[in-house]
Order: sequence, then structure tokens, then C-alpha cells
Amino acid sequence: MDELRSTTQEQEALLGRLMRRQARLSISVALGFIVILIILPLVNLYFPDIAAKSYTGFTLTWICLAILFYPLTWALSGFYVKRSDVIEDELAATETPVAPGAGDSMGAAE
Amino acid sequence: MIPLVGVLLVVLATIALGIYAKQLSKTAADFFVASRSVGVMMNASAISGEYLSAASFMGVAGLIMKNGYDALWYPVGYAAGYLFLLLFIAGPLRRFGAYTIPDFAEGRFDSPGFRKLAVLIVLIIGFFYTMPQMKAAGVTMGAILGWPYWVGIVVVGAVISFNVALGGMKGITLVQSFQYWVKMFAICAPLFVLMAVFGSYSGAVGQNADDLRGSPEMKQGAEISVKGKEAAPANTLVFTPETAILEFPEGAKIMKISPSRKPEPGEEPIPPGQLAMIFRGGTDGMTGRTRVTTDHIELPPGGKLMVRGTVVMKNHLRLLDEHYRVVSTGPKLEFETPTKMTISSFVAGGTTGSIAPNAPTNAKWLNPYGTLTSKWGYPVLYTFSLIIALVCGTAGLPHILVRFYTNPDGRSARKTTFWVMVLLGAFYVFTPIWGALGRAFSPELYASTQTDVVVLKLPTLIENKMLGEILGAITAAGAFAAFMSTFSGLLVSMSGAFAHDIYGKILRPTSTPDQQRRAFQIAAIGVGAASMLLGYFVEQFDIAMMVGWAFAIGAASYFPLLLLGSWWKGLTAKGAATGMLVGGLLSLAAIVGHMLLDKKVLTMELPPIVRALMEQPAIWGVPLALITMILVSKATAKEIPPDVTLKMLRLHAPESLGYSKNYVD
Repeated sequence: MDELRSTTQEQEALLGRLMRRQARLSISVALGFIVILIILPLVNLYFPDIAAKSYTGFTLTWICLAILFYPLTWALSGFYVKRSDVIEDELAATETPVAPGAGDSMGAAE
Repeated sequence: MIPLVGVLLVVLATIALGIYAKQLSKTAADFFVASRSVGVMMNASAISGEYLSAASFMGVAGLIMKNGYDALWYPVGYAAGYLFLLLFIAGPLRRFGAYTIPDFAEGRFDSPGFRKLAVLIVLIIGFFYTMPQMKAAGVTMGAILGWPYWVGIVVVGAVISFNVALGGMKGITLVQSFQYWVKMFAICAPLFVLMAVFGSYSGAVGQNADDLRGSPEMKQGAEISVKGKEAAPANTLVFTPETAILEFPEGAKIMKISPSRKPEPGEEPIPPGQLAMIFRGGTDGMTGRTRVTTDHIELPPGGKLMVRGTVVMKNHLRLLDEHYRVVSTGPKLEFETPTKMTISSFVAGGTTGSIAPNAPTNAKWLNPYGTLTSKWGYPVLYTFSLIIALVCGTAGLPHILVRFYTNPDGRSARKTTFWVMVLLGAFYVFTPIWGALGRAFSPELYASTQTDVVVLKLPTLIENKMLGEILGAITAAGAFAAFMSTFSGLLVSMSGAFAHDIYGKILRPTSTPDQQRRAFQIAAIGVGAASMLLGYFVEQFDIAMMVGWAFAIGAASYFPLLLLGSWWKGLTAKGAATGMLVGGLLSLAAIVGHMLLDKKVLTMELPPIVRALMEQPAIWGVPLALITMILVSKATAKEIPPDVTLKMLRLHAPESLGYSKNYVD
């Protein structure tokens, strides 16, 4: 019984470590993006003159939303994919794998 | 004729690829999740191909043409939704290793009852998303070839049901990735020719900035067709304050003439005779006109109506020194039956093209907070609610999510999502160009409320008819690729729900994988037939509106489930189910209520802020679902599955740690 409880506690601690590292990365990338999502409409609202500044026919805010937003999402997701692979490699190297067969207790349907 | 060839080529290639892929698909795992062996680039093209539906291919360009800057949020939101999917859902969801999203719902909480609810929501979202694909297929066939509405539905429905029944998920993966590249080519290649002929993207946007008070002008003699009252509000023409002559070759039945401008408090109603006159006169515009005396009127074939922009009326607010004042408003005309007309306006010595009715002014189109978001007077609220709906809705669409199970592992699921964002961004960046060129060169689409066929109509305006037909054939082929690939994904997801969840898990838990595979094929044909039937009945519904329903339900049901289910141990089945029902159903009710009010089926005076929140419910629906889930889970905390730590490890531990095990192999 004691052995079982200590396995559970170990797993509990492992899960905490995994999720904390993953969540920290995900949340910081998400926050970065959310800030941009909030700022653009507010600039449009409070500084319409800046938003309407004209460059080569387009307005500044048109360039931001219709063109630059896409590379921005690529950069953020590319950064995230790289970083999360690194985290996963580190975790795989430092944490001990579960004993073979232990996954069977997880109640898979088939 | 040439557009038919384009459509036929795509349809035949789709059938051929489906037959080829049949040899690859044998087992149940092939049919449900392509044996979890789809490579990153292949899956990214397939997901993008599936995601770019009729709404993206035709609707987004049309929305941008209609609403300008405000509508730019649509493509951005559609693409950005994948970022949240990537950050919080893609990896954990794949590691869970299910066949369908209801598998996740059941397995995460050990709750067979929850599976039933999850299946129901998959089917609701699936059918809501299917109807607009079907409508778009029917409308496109009508627009390019003049065929009856049902022909396009039968073609798309039959071909895709055949393909899905033949090859399942593995079969459509190949087809969908092929269709992504068809769409990508079709959205950009014709644009380069069109820009060379008509003028540049920056020019088409910039001309709005040069004359902020202006509106786009139609060519003289441009024929406009307005729909009848059953298509309300698409039976309406709203005129800017300019004098114009409307000529009806087949006559017209106008059911209501009213001013387009909202009356100021205490203002005397503007009589219809001030707004419109029956016109028989010559080109000077001054002779042979009679004031309209009622707010409805019937004109014989060849009849002409003159609408006016400047109204002179008595100012009753100042009775003592009764004086006249000038009010600037065009009329709003509502037509009872479908009507054809041409509109012209006067210049010295003759007539010329007129300003397109229903078109927003250049300032409202070019600048933020224009016609779309300012409709109810709360533009910032509307904008943020729209962003939340698109971003969370994308991460809550079961037919997209299920494709992540086809990746070999969590790591490749993340890489796939990155490439999906690249492929989608590359596509969406072209859609505003169609919108801007459409506004500049085919403004009569505003009057006909047909802006969502701009990608089909614009190529036909080129002088060189042959070239125009070829470009039209390319966009028509792209449109068909759009309905077909999205419908195939929906069909796999719904057939999976019937065959795996309902038949295999609920009705006949003892069935063999082979029986489930056969059930999948039967379900594909059944669901395909049902979709065609449903599609036939939604001709009067708006494509973007129906897609909006699916997004609203997805955002307030599946997105909160997957977010909390993957990241919060304390979530219980009861909590998740209550939150999904409350969020999903209330959002759906709000959006349907909005539609009924809009179509005047319901008449009720509601404060504008309530109408804004009904049209865009995500800003309250998503938090409401999340909070309900948390509160009910806290109250039912003793029902947290005992092995929740192991379940969470399965979602979050890298595969090499050995905690992962496919829920269904």
C-alpha cells in the first residue's frame, strides 16, 4: 500500500513539474498575442489619426491587420513549437520513464 | 461553358483520388484516423484544405467588400484561432489518442453518459456547418452556369458521400490536401491578372482615402436584381442622398418607402412623396414627375421611379416662426418580389451611372468601426466579441480537432499546427484584395446584396471575354474544392460520431472493428443524403450567418471543455456537461433570436446593447461556460476520477516517458 501511495505522490509531483513548464510557455506566448489583439482595436479607437496614416495607398492599421498579422502569428507559433520541443527533450532526459505495463491501469477502452 | 470545365476537372480529380485512396484504406483505424500515420506537411495541407470552406473562399472576400476594415478581423480570427489551439489543445489532445472528440469526453471523465451529450453537440455543429457548404454549392452552380439550386448540392453531396464511404479518413486526407492547393491557386492566380487589368491592391484601397465622403459609383446601365421579401433584409435598397432614376423593365412591387436616416426625436415623419416620385419625363429631371402618395407602390413594366436626396420639410419644433428646413436623406426601398432594374443619375445634358445603393461610404469602409461593428452603437464591444468568437470557435470545431488524431504523436501535432497557420495565412492574405477590387470595380454587387459572389463575378468583368472565362473557371473550381473538402471533413466527423460513438460504443459495444468500419460506410451515405436534403431547404439563409452559428456553439462548448479538460484536474463530467450545455445553448438561442428579429419574424424592442450581445454572444458565452464548468465541478468535486493524475500525465508527458497510451488503437 505504502509503495502505491509513494508512486502516486511521485506521479503527482511529476505532473506538477510537466504542467508548470508547459503552461508557463503557453501562457506567455498567449499573453503576448492577446496584448496585441487588445492594443490594435484600442489604437483604432483612441488614436484614429495614427491608424489612418497613409503608406503607399494603405492606411497603417490596414497594413497591420490585413498583412502583418499573418507573419506575426507565424513567428509566435514557430517560437512556441521550437521552445516546447526543447522543453520536451529536457523533460524526457531528466525524468524517469514509467515502468513498462504501468500504463495499463489507465482504463483504456480497448 | 469554360467554368463548367473547371468545375468538372476538380470534381473528376476528386473522384479519381478517392478511388485511388480506396486501396490504401482497409482497417477501421484507416477509416477513423488514417491509422495515425499522416505526415506533418500532408496533414497540414489536409487540415487547411478542410478548414477553408465556402465561407472562407467566397464569404470572407464578400464580407470585406461589404464591410471593409471591420471584416478584416474575420480572416485574421480564422487564422489566429489556430494559435490558441496550438498553445493549449493540439499536443494534449493528440496524446490522448482517441478516434473522435466524444472519446475524449468519455475517457477523460470515465463517463459514458457524457459521451452522449458530446456526440449530440458534434452532430449539431456538424449539420450547422454542412448547411452553408450545401447552399454555397447550389448558389455557385446557379451563378456560373444558371443551373437550378439543387444541382450543385446533388453534385457535391453525391461525390463526397461516395468518396468518404469508399476511403474514410485516409481517403479524404489525400483529397483534402490536393484541394488546399487548388484553392490556394484559385484565390491568388486570377488576382495577378485582375490587378494587371484593373489596378493595384493599394490603389483600390487608397482611392477610398482620397475621397472619404464619397461612395463607389456603378457603370451606367449596370443591371441590378433585388430579392423578394422572403429574403429580407436582402430585399432592401438603401440610397445615399443623391437624385437617381430607377427603371424597372419588368415592373416592380415596392412594399415600403421610408427614409434611410433615423428620425431625430420629435421630428415629423418624412412623407414618402418627399422621397420618391413616379417619373415619366425627360433628361432634365424636372418635368413629368408625380409625387408618390402612399408608402407602397406598384409600377408597370418599363416604369420609372425617381428617388431624391434632399428633402424639404416643415420644422414643427418651431411652430411660431414656421419655416422650412432641408434634411439630407435618401430613401430606403423594400421590394415585395424579386425585381430587376437599372439605376442612373443626371448630369448636365444626360444621365450617367449612379452611386451604388447599400454601399457604405468610403470613410466607413476604409476606417475601423464602420458599418459592421457600429450597427448597434457599441463598436468596441462588437469587435472584441467577434474576435473571441472566431478565435475560440476555431479551437472548438470537432471536425477540425479530429484531424489531430491522425498525427503520429504530440510533437508532430504541434508542428502540423504551425504549418496549418502558415498555409492559412498565405491564403487569407489574398482575400482582402478581392474585397477591395470588388468595391472598386463591381459595386453593383452591393445593390444586389450579392457581395459574396465577388470572387466569381469579378473575373467576368475583364474586357477579354476568353480570359475572363478562364479566370472564372479557376475561381469556380476553387469554390468547388472549398465545399467538397469541408464537407468531406464534416462527413467523416459525423459518420465517425454515428459509427464509432453511437453504434460502436452506445448501441453495440461488442461490435468488431470490421463491423464498425461497415457502419462508418453506411453512416457516410446516410448523413450525406440527410445533408443534401437539409441543404435544399436553406436557400434563403445567409452563408456567413450559418457558419457563425457553428462557431458560436463551438466556442462556448468544445473550446472550454478541451481547455479545462486538458489543464485543470478538478474538472468533473457534471461540471463540463453543464458548462457546455449552458454556454452552447444560450449562445445558440441568442444568435437564433437575433436572426428572427432581423428577419422580422419576431418583433420586439430591445436595447441596442442587447442586440449587439445577441448577434455576437462570445464575449459572455465563453466566460459563462468556463465559470459554470468551474463552479459545478467544485460542487461535485468528489466525482473527480480517482486516476486523474495518470490521465493528466497521459495528456502532458512526452511520449518517451511511457505514460502515453492510445485510448483507442
